[in-house]
Amino acid sequence: MSAPSLELHEARYTWGGDEFLFVEVDEAMSLAANFKVMTLASKLSAVGVEGVVDICPANASLLIRFDPDVLAPSVLESTVRKLEREAAMGHADTLETRIIEVPVWYDDPFTAEVAQRFREGFHQEPEGTDLDYAAKVNGLEGAAEFIRRHHEQPWLVSMVGFVAGLPFLFQLVERQKQLEVPKYLSPRTDTPKLTVGHGGCFGAIYSVRGAGGYQMFGVAAAPIYDPAQSLADFEDFMVFFRPGDNVKFRPIDEQEYNAIQDEVANGTFRYRQAPVVFELHSALEDPERYNRELMEALNGI
Amino acid sequence: MAFEVKSPGLSTTVQDRGRPGYYNVGIPQGGSMDQYSAEMANALVGNPPEAAVLECTYLGPVLTATEAALVAVTGAPVPVRVNGQERQEWTRLALEAGDELSFGPLRGGTRFYLAFAGGIDVPEVLGSRSTYLIGGIGGRKLEAGDVVPIGVPDGVPPRSEAVPEEFRPVFAKEQAVRVVMGLYDHRLTQAGRESLLTGEWTVTPVADRMGIRYSGPGVQWKEREQPFGAGSDPSNIVDAGYAVGSIQIPGGTQPIILHRDAVSGGGYAMVATVISADMDLLARAAPGTATRFVEASLDEALEARKERTAFRDRALAALRSG
Repeated sequence: MSAPSLELHEARYTWGGDEFLFVEVDEAMSLAANFKVMTLASKLSAVGVEGVVDICPANASLLIRFDPDVLAPSVLESTVRKLEREAAMGHADTLETRIIEVPVWYDDPFTAEVAQRFREGFHQEPEGTDLDYAAKVNGLEGAAEFIRRHHEQPWLVSMVGFVAGLPFLFQLVERQKQLEVPKYLSPRTDTPKLTVGHGGCFGAIYSVRGAGGYQMFGVAAAPIYDPAQSLADFEDFMVFFRPGDNVKFRPIDEQEYNAIQDEVANGTFRYRQAPVVFELHSALEDPERYNRELMEALNGI
Repeated sequence: MAFEVKSPGLSTTVQDRGRPGYYNVGIPQGGSMDQYSAEMANALVGNPPEAAVLECTYLGPVLTATEAALVAVTGAPVPVRVNGQERQEWTRLALEAGDELSFGPLRGGTRFYLAFAGGIDVPEVLGSRSTYLIGGIGGRKLEAGDVVPIGVPDGVPPRSEAVPEEFRPVFAKEQAVRVVMGLYDHRLTQAGRESLLTGEWTVTPVADRMGIRYSGPGVQWKEREQPFGAGSDPSNIVDAGYAVGSIQIPGGTQPIILHRDAVSGGGYAMVATVISADMDLLARAAPGTATRFVEASLDEALEARKERTAFRDRALAALRSG
């Protein structure tokens, strides 16, 4: 593989009315595009431009909210374009982040119940389950193999949003090994809290109960959003995940799920996590070898 | 000072000017849907513009004052009653302890606002008192038996007791909403683009603080091979941040315009964004409102924003001078 470059091609700039600048780094999803978005977002944040209200890094694009009474759109655009050129020239291909283990009860009864309620008119294959369907469209033997592929290799939080604290996840594997699943034909009005879902090439953990269009595979055992900030992992902020976090799912059974529920109720649950310096070039050169290094950081604690 | 809730209404929440700065983690700006109406209610009772008010949707609450209080009702046209007697909207009302405030059926629009001198004194979360229902921030809808705490008034009410007629918004059954084309509008066919800007669109009942859905002639998307990760429908994109006010058209049939409690991102292409000056107008649209989307340039949007601010300032000056 050739040496990775942050440069890609020049981003596309467009306006969301008079308060939003939208910068599309790439139409397609890739780790390099996501890295460029994160680099651009952190550079803009570091510069501290007066009048910038929100900097929202997404998978392959960046949304910036600004107050046009304070900051002229043309000034914002030229500032971001300058930072984009710096990002392309710079050496910013590492990210100080963390790897976090997320226990998941795959093939659980909660998502199964909701899936049953939204079949005809919502799902591509109303007679089956979301897991069977996902296995089939990815050419895998069955649900068990899909589940194994889902948790075997770690993921990167490529975006946080939709609703409060929901992480979008991009699996750290080569493109031909990415799991891809269509979204529901029409969005559901209900999704269990902490559902582990998938749509397009993206995984997600639904932080709160509500609407959703991703296929549903299981439930995470512990909260990822805690507005009351009662657990220690939420001491600093009510949202747990940050863009750039690495996530390793760990399959658990009903017994362990219930044990974790007790820990959450007692206020003693802590996520297993370790600090890592994520290296883009290593991740692109040989993902599986690099993933083993990442997971060693987690196993070393 | 407080109000006791005898009956909560359909969906009554505490709102203020909103909670900017957390959209990057999916927490929306929130705040009163119709910011102008909320600000006028505050001005009538001598509150600063950022004071928290009650936003009432369709069916209003029944409240009892525990002490004497100044209140004002603005927004969607609604009969206002004190102890069953009709009073005026867009005016300052003096209540005595034990007075009951109630409302008749809405005559247009969807939401009206109640300001109390002193403002609603619930705790701030992330710098705002606004309720974000889905995220469980800042409480919940009012329920019967709730006690709504009111702060100590520290402002002087203006000389005028009423907002002059020319400064009261119109709640029409037809709207022209100005939009800046952009974001992913290049993905529409020419016919699809024309359909958006020349068609008549109708507000459906599927409308809430997150967004407003319209029915109408539909639009066409350009056929193409989808980029990796985007999903198979031509209206799909690699999940991206959503501009507040932006219009997405999943599948090409029913446009959805995101409003104050917008989801912050997702995988549907946005093709235009309502200008900031018309977001209050959008908030006044009741189901059935016939809507045209009128293209504006970015410069026109900025000009309209200035005009909106100037209009608000003239209204405040008129209140002060009596």
